[in-house]
Amino acid sequence: MSSADVVAVVLFGAITIYAVFGGADFGAGFWDLFAGGAERGRRPRALIEHAIGPVWEANHVWLIFILVILWTAFAQSFASIMLTLFVPLSIAALGIVGRGAAFAFRKVVPDLAEQRIFGAAFALSSVVVPYCFGAVVGAVVSGRVPKGGQAGDSWSSWINGSSIVGGLLAVAVCAYLAAVFLASDAHRLGEEDLVGYFRRRAVGAAVVAGVLALAGYFVLEEDAVHLHRQLTDRALPLVFASAACGVVALTLLLRNQVRPARVFAAGAVATVVCGWGVAQWPYLLPTSLTIEAGAAPSGTLVALIVITAVAVAVIVPSLVLLYVLDQRNALTLTEPAGTGEAQTRMPSTRTGN
Amino acid sequence: MILAVDPVPWARAQMAFTLGVHIIVVPLGVSWAFMILVAEWRANKHGDEDARLLARRWSKVLAVTFAVGAVTGTVLSFEFGLLWPRFMGRFGDAFGIPFAIEGLFFFIEAIFLAIYIYGWDRLSPRAHWWSGVPIVVSGIGGTAAVISANAWMNQPAGFKLNAAGKVVQVDALKVIFNRAFPYEAAHMLVAAYLVGGFLIASVYAVAMLRGRRDRYHRLGFLIPFTIAAIAAPLQMVVGDLVARAVFRDDPAKFAAIELVVKTGTNVPETLGGYLDADGKMHAGITIPGAASLLSGYSTGTKIQGLDAFKANNRPTYAQANTVHLAWDVMIGIGSALALLAVWFGVTWWRKRDLPKSRWFLRAASVAGIASVVALEAGWIVTEVGRQPWIVRGYLRVPQGATTDEGVWVTFLVVVAVYAAVGVTTVLVLRSMARRWRAGEDTSGPYGPRPAGIVK
Ligand code: HDD
Ligand code: HEM
Ligand code: HEM
Repeated sequence: MSSADVVAVVLFGAITIYAVFGGADFGAGFWDLFAGGAERGRRPRALIEHAIGPVWEANHVWLIFILVILWTAFAQSFASIMLTLFVPLSIAALGIVGRGAAFAFRKVVPDLAEQRIFGAAFALSSVVVPYCFGAVVGAVVSGRVPKGGQAGDSWSSWINGSSIVGGLLAVAVCAYLAAVFLASDAHRLGEEDLVGYFRRRAVGAAVVAGVLALAGYFVLEEDAVHLHRQLTDRALPLVFASAACGVVALTLLLRNQVRPARVFAAGAVATVVCGWGVAQWPYLLPTSLTIEAGAAPSGTLVALIVITAVAVAVIVPSLVLLYVLDQRNALTLTEPAGTGEAQTRMPSTRTGN
Repeated sequence: MILAVDPVPWARAQMAFTLGVHIIVVPLGVSWAFMILVAEWRANKHGDEDARLLARRWSKVLAVTFAVGAVTGTVLSFEFGLLWPRFMGRFGDAFGIPFAIEGLFFFIEAIFLAIYIYGWDRLSPRAHWWSGVPIVVSGIGGTAAVISANAWMNQPAGFKLNAAGKVVQVDALKVIFNRAFPYEAAHMLVAAYLVGGFLIASVYAVAMLRGRRDRYHRLGFLIPFTIAAIAAPLQMVVGDLVARAVFRDDPAKFAAIELVVKTGTNVPETLGGYLDADGKMHAGITIPGAASLLSGYSTGTKIQGLDAFKANNRPTYAQANTVHLAWDVMIGIGSALALLAVWFGVTWWRKRDLPKSRWFLRAASVAGIASVVALEAGWIVTEVGRQPWIVRGYLRVPQGATTDEGVWVTFLVVVAVYAAVGVTTVLVLRSMARRWRAGEDTSGPYGPRPAGIVK
C-alpha cells in the first residue's frame, strides 16, 4: 500500500465514523422534526436532547477532520469538488451553523415560543445537511466532478438521479441509526414506552432505507457505471455484510432487543460506507483521477499519517472515556435539577451575576 | 446563475467578515478555561464556594461561546474550499498541514469540554479539575496550529514547485515552523489571554459600578483582570518584537504600516494621516526619525517605502491607509490597556486592593470591547498588509478565488445568518445572567440534564 492509499483509508475511516456517529446526531434531528406538537413531542424531544447533548460537538469534529484531510492530501480534487458543488456545500455549511447554534440556544432560552423556533431550525437543518452531503457523494461517484481543480456544472452536478438517491438515502440512514440508538437510550433510562416509540420508527426507517438502496442499485447501474460494477464485484462481500447486519438488526428490533440491535445497525451503515470506498478504489474522482495521481507529495502524506497516528493514540482513549462516562450515566444527573448550584450557594448574600 | 457578479471582492468580504466574527469568540475558548481552573482550584484548595460558583457558571457560558466558535469555525473550513478553491488546489498540500494538527487539538478540546461540563458533581473534585487541563492545553496548541497556517501565508516555506507551478515536494516541519510562526503565535496567544481577561472582567466591572460589590463579583473581576493585567504590558514587548520582525521579513507590509512612501533613513513615525491617490501624505502628526529609531535602534536605519516595490506587488495606497489606521488603533488601545494594567498593578502592590476611583471601574468596563477592537485591528494589519498576495510572493488573491459568480448571494445570506446568531448569543447570555441574578439555576447547552426530564 502506498502512502496515498493509507491516507485514503484514513479518509474513509473518518467518513465511516462520521456517517455512524454524526449520522445518528442528524437523524435525531429528523425525529425531532416529526415528533409532533409541543405537548405530544415533549418526551421524545427530551430524550433526543438527552442523547446528543454530550457528544454532538465531538462527533461534529469528524467532519472537520474529513475536510482537512481532503484539502491537504487531495488538494486538487478538493478544489474541483468545492467549485462544482458550491451550492449544496454552501447550504450544508449554513445548515451546520443553524443546527449547532439552535441546538445550543434551545436549551438555554426560557420560553416555549423561542424554544420552538430554535427547535424547528435545529430539526430542519438536521434533515437538509445530510441530504446535501448525500447529494455531494452522488455527484462524486457518478463522475460529475471533473479533475484538475475545474468546475463541473453547478446545477446538474447535484440535481440528478445519483445525487437525489444519495441525498434521500443519507436522510433515511441517519433517521434509521438515530431511531435505533434512541430506542436503546430509552431502554437504558427505563423509559419503556419510548423504546417502543423509537423501535417502530427504526423499523419503518429501515424499510425505507432498504427500498432506497434498491432504487439506488438501478440508478447507479446507468449513472455510475464504475461504482456499480465494483459494488457487485470487489465490494460484494461488504454489501452482503451490510445486508446481513441490517437483517440481524431488524430481527433484534422486532424482538425488542434494542441494545444489541444498536451494534448491528451501526455495522450495517459502516460496512456500506466502506463498500463505497472499496468499490470506488482506485479512483478519487471516478473515473478520471486515481488516488495515486491526485495525492499530495510524500512529505505531506507522511505528515498526515503521523498526525493520524498521534490522533488515534490520543483521541480514541479520550472519546472512549467520554462515551463510557456518558453511557454509564456518570454524566447524568442523579439528584434533582439545580441542587448542584444550590449546594454551593454561600450564606453571604449574593445578588447573582 | 441568478446574477453574475465578479466573485473576488465578495469572496474577500465574506472571508473577512466570517473570520472577524470567529475571532471574537476565540479568545474566550483559549483563555477562559484557564480562568475557570484558577477559580476551581481556589474552591478546592480553600473551600471558597464563591469561586466554585463562578467556575460553574463560567463553564456554562463557555459552552455557549464554544458552540458559536465551533459552528463559525466549521464555516471557515468550508469557505477555504468554497471561496478559495484555486488557492487550496495549488497549495493545500502545504498550507493544509497545520490544520490537521489544529483538528487534533480541537478534538481534544471538544471532548474534554464535554467531560468537564457534564462532570460537575459527578466526578471527584480532583478528577474534575484535571479534566479541565486538556482544554487549556489544547486551546493553546490549536491556536498555535492555526496561526502557523496564517504565518505560512505571510512567510511561505517548506515546499518546492515544478516548472508548471505545482507543489512537488513538501517538508512538513518547515511548513509548520515557518519564519513568521513564532512571533505571530506568541502575539496571538498573549492577545487571547489579554482579550479574554478584559472581556470577562468588564462584565463584573459593570456589575460593580451598578453596586453589586459583594465578594462573588469582586472575585469574578479579579481573576480575569489579573490575567489581563499581566498580558497587557507583555503584549507591548511581544508586539515590539513582531514589528521588528515584520520590518525584516515583509518590508512592503511594514511600509504600509508606517505609511512610508519613499525609501530613506531618518524616517518619521506618523500618527494618523492618510495618503491621497498620488501618495502624498495628509494630516497626521509626525515624530521625526521615530520610525527608523524604533525599527533599527538608530535614526540611520533605512526603511523601504512603498515605492521601492512594483505597484502590483504591494498594497495600494488605499490599502496602506487601512493598514496604517488599523495599526494606530491597535497600538493606541494596546498602550491604553497597558497603562490600565499598570494602574491596577501599582495600587494592588501598595494596598492589596483595587483602585478606589470609579474611573478605574469605568475604564475596566470599556477595556473588554476595546481589546476586541485591538484584536480585530491587528488582524487587519496582517491581512490587508499582505495584499495583493494570498501566498506572499507566490499567488495573488484573484488567482486563488472561486470562479462561481454566486458568491454575492452566499455573502448576503452569511451576513444575515451571522447577525441572527450574534444577536441571539447576546440575548441568551443576558437571559442566563438575569436568571442567575434572580437566584435560578440554568443549564447550559451541554449542561447536565435534570433527572426525569423525559417524564
Ligand atoms: C489585543 C490585542 C493586541 C494588542 C494590544 C496588540 N496587538 Fe499587534 N496584533 C494582534 C493583537 C494585538 C493580533 C492578534 O490581532 C495580530 C494579528 C496577527 C497576529 O499575529 O497578531 C496582530 C498583528 C500585529 C502585527 C502584524 C504581524 C504580521 O503581519 O505578521 C504587528 C507588527 C503588531 N501586531 C505589532 C503590535 C505592537 C507593536 C503592539 C503594541 C504596542 C501590538 N501589536 C499590540
Ligand atoms: C488563521 C487565521 C487566518 C487565515 C488562515 C486567514 C486566511 C485568509 C485568506 C485565505 C484570505 C483571502 C485572501 C486575501 O484577501 O488575502 C483572508 C483575507 C482576509 N482576512 Fe484573514 N485569515 C486568518 C485570520 C483572520 C482574522 C482573525 C481576521 C480578522 C478580522 C482576518 C481578516 C481578513 C481580512 C480583513 C481579509 C481581506 C483582506 C483583503 O482582501 O483586503 N483574517 N484571510
Ligand atoms: C486567528 C486565528 C484563529 C484562532 C486563534 C482560532 C482558534 C479557535 C479556537 C480556540 C476554537 C475553539 C472554539 C472556541 O473556543 O470558540 C476554534 C474553533 C474552530 N476553528 Fe478557529 N481559530 C482561528 C481561525 C480559524 C480558521 C482560519 C479556521 C478555518 C479552518 C478555523 C477553524 C475552526 C474550526 C473548524 C473550529 C471548530 C472546532 C470544534 O468543533 O471544536 N479557525 N478556533
